[in-house]
Amino acid sequence: MTLGSIRHQIRIRRSAADVWARVRDAAGLHTWFPGLTDCQVEGSTRVIFLASGMAMPEEILLIDDVQRRFQYRITAPIFRHHRGTIDVIELGPEECMVVYSTEADPRTMALTIGGGTAGALDELQRQMEENGAL
Amino acid sequence: MGRKILFVTTDQQRYDAIGCNGGTVARTPVIDGLAAQGYRYERAQPQSVVCMPSRSTMLTGQHVSTHGVWMNGVALPADAPSVAEVLHDAGYRTALIGKPHFEPFLDPVLRFTENRLSREPLSDGLTHRGFEHFEAATHGGQGMLHYARWLAANHPEAVGMFYPVLDGSLEVNALGGGETGAPQVWENAISKEWYHTDWVADRTITWLDGLAADDDWFCWMSFPDPHHPWDPPKSELGRIDWRDVPLPDGYPQTAAEREAILDAKPRHWRAWYDGRLVSNYEAPADWVPATMTADHVREVNQRNAIECELIDEALGRVLAAIAAKGWADDVDIVFTTDHGEFQGDFGLLFKGPYHVDALMRLPLVWRPAPSSQPQPSAITKPVGLVDLAPTFCHIAGLPVPEWMEGKPLPTDDTDAHHRGFERSLTEWDSVLFGVDVHLRTITRDGWVLTTYMPGHSHDGTEGELYDLSADPLQRVNRWDDPACAALRSDLVADLWDHQPPMHTPLRRVEAPV
Repeated sequence: MTLGSIRHQIRIRRSAADVWARVRDAAGLHTWFPGLTDCQVEGSTRVIFLASGMAMPEEILLIDDVQRRFQYRITAPIFRHHRGTIDVIELGPEECMVVYSTEADPRTMALTIGGGTAGALDELQRQMEENGAL
Repeated sequence: MGRKILFVTTDQQRYDAIGCNGGTVARTPVIDGLAAQGYRYERAQPQSVVCMPSRSTMLTGQHVSTHGVWMNGVALPADAPSVAEVLHDAGYRTALIGKPHFEPFLDPVLRFTENRLSREPLSDGLTHRGFEHFEAATHGGQGMLHYARWLAANHPEAVGMFYPVLDGSLEVNALGGGETGAPQVWENAISKEWYHTDWVADRTITWLDGLAADDDWFCWMSFPDPHHPWDPPKSELGRIDWRDVPLPDGYPQTAAEREAILDAKPRHWRAWYDGRLVSNYEAPADWVPATMTADHVREVNQRNAIECELIDEALGRVLAAIAAKGWADDVDIVFTTDHGEFQGDFGLLFKGPYHVDALMRLPLVWRPAPSSQPQPSAITKPVGLVDLAPTFCHIAGLPVPEWMEGKPLPTDDTDAHHRGFERSLTEWDSVLFGVDVHLRTITRDGWVLTTYMPGHSHDGTEGELYDLSADPLQRVNRWDDPACAALRSDLVADLWDHQPPMHTPLRRVEAPV
């Protein structure tokens, strides 16, 4: 088995609508994902730029405003398979759960990306709760 | 002016890898000479048998459960306590040169400071974990660390000469090489002078040369070898013929003998040997230990011994530089490693959740500053890497902070007895793609006991109990021996009386390694 699957989640004391507005902004990922320096979006293609200088192409698969689900896949050839899924789940009027799931083949990349997604959730929570950012 | 401290570590080195501990393959006259002038510890143990947790213990003076770095890939927080910070605050100049590994290496977005420092050096007056000078290296020529960038800038043709640590699936490589096809053995065409062992020594000498004569200093010189892959410079292979390397006492020479020994241990031992279970990322997922031959063991141990010799010679160059600065009488030298390596014991290689001497009995030598007139001794009582940070405070004449859990190392067995060096604790927790393993171990009174908590392969009733005197190879598991029932109960109770609780919330895994 070469598929790795990692899931991280975090509670955020902001409305699901506010947090979803931030998550669905495909071009703004680098503002809450530590280690990314920029994102460029053209159609369904997104290129993320890493602090190490690498550029990583992605395909945006889904932006579902009803389910509040964002899905994408990294298309760089190092991956045989990748799918990233971010779900924003309403817990109350001013609280939500954000779940960031990563499937990858090679599975090692699930662990490596998974650590980054956990850090991204921490930063998203910090910004949404402490700075009141939209 | 106080005593200066040179802290020398290797990575994944066995107790018997050096001459003063009975090693017969590698020649290590420099380390042996230090041992003859100071204290040699015969039962020094790590608090974890993998790199990041063990190194975090060295830096913090805390058990694994306390600092919370429970496995490779879990980062030590940037604000974790650090003995280097204590020394720096007391006026010591501080440096770490070589392998740090307090933060994950696989970090493509450069989330961790260690991986950024080669691009973003520390500003004047700032430190990282108490180190004002930080130059990092690891086992190869690729990556973000200082050595890799130096090699790429100065000798780019050598970058690709090292063993490819990861395979095409980014798993730890099982590829074999050398003359026998042994896993992770490789012929590295790199010049000895460009190899990371010499680089670490060179950079240490350069840093020391920049200090004032009356500076007090603490330098952690951290060699990445003899950790796998075993790819020392090809020019050095003539030092030892692998055909002449004796098989280790711990290597059972027939498959039937190996299997009988492994079957008497908790089931994950045999499962790994047969290739049915891999619980540790650093063991190649596609390598089956049962396929290892006696010649593989010989060639691995040849390469390993050559790497140990290169380290010994590099240390000798650093000591000569220290003498040239006029510091020879005022420098304490502590030599050790983070954990051991199977190197053929039980028919296994590498490391994992297996708490036996191959991984847990470490070389440890403390040569105090000659000006302190030490009386050389060999200490048989158990000590741990958790005792290193308090020892550095003691050398510097500083009180041991309350957050440190160890004690300054004893100077002989009488001292050890009076100061309560009775036991050593070692922990293992791992979670890898649905496989979790949890061990707690105590070494006391000449016995080593490991108790298992529920996990993928264990229901929580399993254990291991070995008599280190009567069974130095740990082949006879006495856990279920009725004659040992009272001893087993006593050791289990003592273990849980002294085992610190796990840091909560549990720190998360950030990367595979």
